[in-house]
Amino acid sequence: MALLSIEKLTKSFGGLTAVSNVDILIDKGELIGLIGPNGAGKTTVFNLITGVYAPSYGTIELEVDGKLVSLAKKKPYRVTKLGIARTFQNIRLFKDLSVLDNVRIAMHQRVGYGMPAALTHFGRYFSEEKRLVAEAEALLDVFKLTEKKDELAKNLPYGEQRHLEIVRAMATKPRLLLLDEPAAGMNPNETAALTAMIAKLRHDYDLTILLIEHDMSLVMKICERIYVLDYGVVISEGAPDKIRSDSRVIEAYLGEDVSAPQDGEA
Amino acid sequence: MGMITKKNILILLSIVATFAVVQVLRTMNILTNFHEITLALICINIILAVSLNLITGFTGQFSLGHAGFMSIGAYTCALILLKYPTMWGFLAGIIAGGIASALVGIIIGLPTLRLKGDYLAIATLGMAEIIRVIFLNIEITGGAAGLASIPRIANWFWMFFFAVISVVFINNFIKSSPGRACISIREDEIAAESMGINSTKYKVMSFAIGAFFAGIGGGLYASYFFFLKPNLFGFLKSIDMLVIVVLGGLGSLTGSVVAAVLLTLLTTFLQQFTAVRMILYALLLVVIMIFRPKGIMGTSEITDLLGRIGRGKGRVE
Repeated sequence: MALLSIEKLTKSFGGLTAVSNVDILIDKGELIGLIGPNGAGKTTVFNLITGVYAPSYGTIELEVDGKLVSLAKKKPYRVTKLGIARTFQNIRLFKDLSVLDNVRIAMHQRVGYGMPAALTHFGRYFSEEKRLVAEAEALLDVFKLTEKKDELAKNLPYGEQRHLEIVRAMATKPRLLLLDEPAAGMNPNETAALTAMIAKLRHDYDLTILLIEHDMSLVMKICERIYVLDYGVVISEGAPDKIRSDSRVIEAYLGEDVSAPQDGEA
Repeated sequence: MGMITKKNILILLSIVATFAVVQVLRTMNILTNFHEITLALICINIILAVSLNLITGFTGQFSLGHAGFMSIGAYTCALILLKYPTMWGFLAGIIAGGIASALVGIIIGLPTLRLKGDYLAIATLGMAEIIRVIFLNIEITGGAAGLASIPRIANWFWMFFFAVISVVFINNFIKSSPGRACISIREDEIAAESMGINSTKYKVMSFAIGAFFAGIGGGLYASYFFFLKPNLFGFLKSIDMLVIVVLGGLGSLTGSVVAAVLLTLLTTFLQQFTAVRMILYALLLVVIMIFRPKGIMGTSEITDLLGRIGRGKGRVE
């Protein structure tokens, strides 16, 4: 059974159909790329999966303990509880909070004390808070951010803010991680380092990853399969090699075959 | 970590010291009745400001209805006290006032907290007005004439006690996981939801806790000043509270306490200049906001400063 199965997914905003009849299947442990020109509907697909938007038509189902659970009308926090976490294209950290707090907030649904302990700081408050900090530091270690745990998120350099977003998503203990342009704005060295870290995370935490990315070096290097969206429609799907040579994909990115009228002359 | 840290001992000592100093001054008859009333008002304003700061400063929900919650606590406590004019009646009245107010907070919060920013402010303003008009028109609360000769059981000790309790509980709350959930909603609601936080639940929770303590503040007011009428809890009362919170710093409990003390003293002091009172008051607010646009304390707490002095241990809570 696929971990995530999307069938005939459609979303219209008034007259505009942002996503149309999209089918995506993701198996457990896969690393899938979702690419396409600007405005192709990639982020809309993410927003539909995570419950920010409700689909106009179609189904989104996640495998939970051997059963398929529909995500279609679930609120974002419920989707997160079922094991899907995401990052955002335009970084959405809790800017005025510390790095540690950013991560701890994402652990909230797994905190083992209730309101009485929260108000009085009796009971399991201290042992649980200790556990949260230890877990958060272990995650921050992966991206070498532990040293900066007391800094405000807004004071981190851009690349580290992107890393912190991934750490924060990981803190919800996801089975499926959605990364929305994790390498945007990074230089080739940073992108290479990020590529390695995504591979490591996937291995260490037994993750399934769906990735939106414009940086082809990253996508072609680590994705096993790629879906290509254009104007809300999946125009191609398959292994990186197949996508690279697919004429419809090249057309979508570079426009119609401009050399065609000149064929006769050549 | 743990309950017994240098910081906590320092805080406990300063609370005891504050109480002791006032107590000594009272026994030496240095404090007049007038001073005592000012002290009681300070305590009530601290409770109201700190609870409003939880809603507006920490959870980011702009509320202009705090006087409404206060009035529910005040009338509930007063009605119970009139029936059972004992110490236990007083304590039961205070708690019942808090609970009644929290319940109304939940009922009103569920539909209105979908609104954001200015729209929420207007909705909460309307809610407080509705509560006021209801009290004005029902028999049991005495209508416009109000309730008089409510047994005066609240004294300086109880005022101080409940002010400390309010600050401690709300401070504990914002330094817990549910509290951080509330703060994350203020920071970015969409990101908070994506991190597994049920934003509706925590907004309503913050609203209910804030309303609970506002109700307690109202109950104390009823018993200490032994007279209630609906017009005490008008729109301006809510604004007064908001001014304290903004002046102290949205998101700083220390700021709310400091501003509550300063503004209460200022108001009492200015009472002798009846003609220019409001002008001076407003002028002072403008000047402070020009020089400290984020409020007296910004978002920092006195414990942050103590922590830095105590071997720069940083912000480990």
